[in-house]
Amino acid sequence: MDKKTDINGFLEFVYEFYKTMKAHEITLVYEGEITHQITKAFTSLTESNMSKDEEPSSVQRRVFHVMVECLQNISKHADNYTSNDHSYSGRGIFLVSKGKNEYCVTTGNAVDNDRIGYLTDLLGNVNKLGKEDLKELYKRQIQEGRLSEKGGAGLGFIDIKRKTNRELEYHFFPISNATSFFLLTSTISRSDI
Amino acid sequence: MEIIKLQGTEDTPGIILDAETETMEISGRSLPEDVAAFYEPALNWLKKYSENPGDKTIFNFKLTYFNTASSKQLLEILVILEELQKKGNDVLIRWHFPEDDEDMEEAGDEYADIVDVPFEKVSY
Repeated sequence: MDKKTDINGFLEFVYEFYKTMKAHEITLVYEGEITHQITKAFTSLTESNMSKDEEPSSVQRRVFHVMVECLQNISKHADNYTSNDHSYSGRGIFLVSKGKNEYCVTTGNAVDNDRIGYLTDLLGNVNKLGKEDLKELYKRQIQEGRLSEKGGAGLGFIDIKRKTNRELEYHFFPISNATSFFLLTSTISRSDI
Repeated sequence: MEIIKLQGTEDTPGIILDAETETMEISGRSLPEDVAAFYEPALNWLKKYSENPGDKTIFNFKLTYFNTASSKQLLEILVILEELQKKGNDVLIRWHFPEDDEDMEEAGDEYADIVDVPFEKVSY
């Protein structure tokens, strides 16, 4: 393949990518290391877009909450994975989409396969609990102080479920024998509830 | 006692701890990069204050947002104040929340359930 075809192929890909983003109403997409600076930049960008769109303040607050917890999950919990002999950590993909009725915040990051069981139990439990039970779980978790050196992902998932009042959707795609790609989507209703 | 006065930023709360004027307040947003390091000076101040407290201790929470990592540090503050109350001191928590922010109001109710200190809710 000569170089020109290569570049045309790439530009076609970019255009398709752009159209796919539009079709899925994706307003923000990022792949890479999630740092505190990135978290601040994305939350303030999304905030200013939401206030331009005159979203109700309760919706703005909930989207902000969910974004921060999701971004921190990646920065604190993404496991290493190796691709093309390069090792990655604290990295992931982060997407925000805005539909007619809701916002979706999606994260994807590598996790070691031996953590899948733990995450599945944690998310399954959070998803099945109702408002009052979640409140009790939150109160218990915050007091037990088992933050570990990484901080409590448990609290983050509980907080997301409480703020969105919707089940967290998730899936694990195998990357290798040792690692999977963990995708998580949180949905925030745009109506002021 | 030394005075702690921190200006709030987009990710860290404003903090005023002044024993002389009996002002104790935390306000704004809390999602610091390193929560433990951020809250350590305030927690140490409160521990020191507890050794020689004023007649009445009123602590004002005026937060508009805090992340789950900060929520544990806020509980630490409340636990120190609970200890102070247990030793027979007069302690009051004022939990301020925007009137349209039910979640922030509820967060105050939850802390009030966890610690045994008088809570006063103030909407603004």
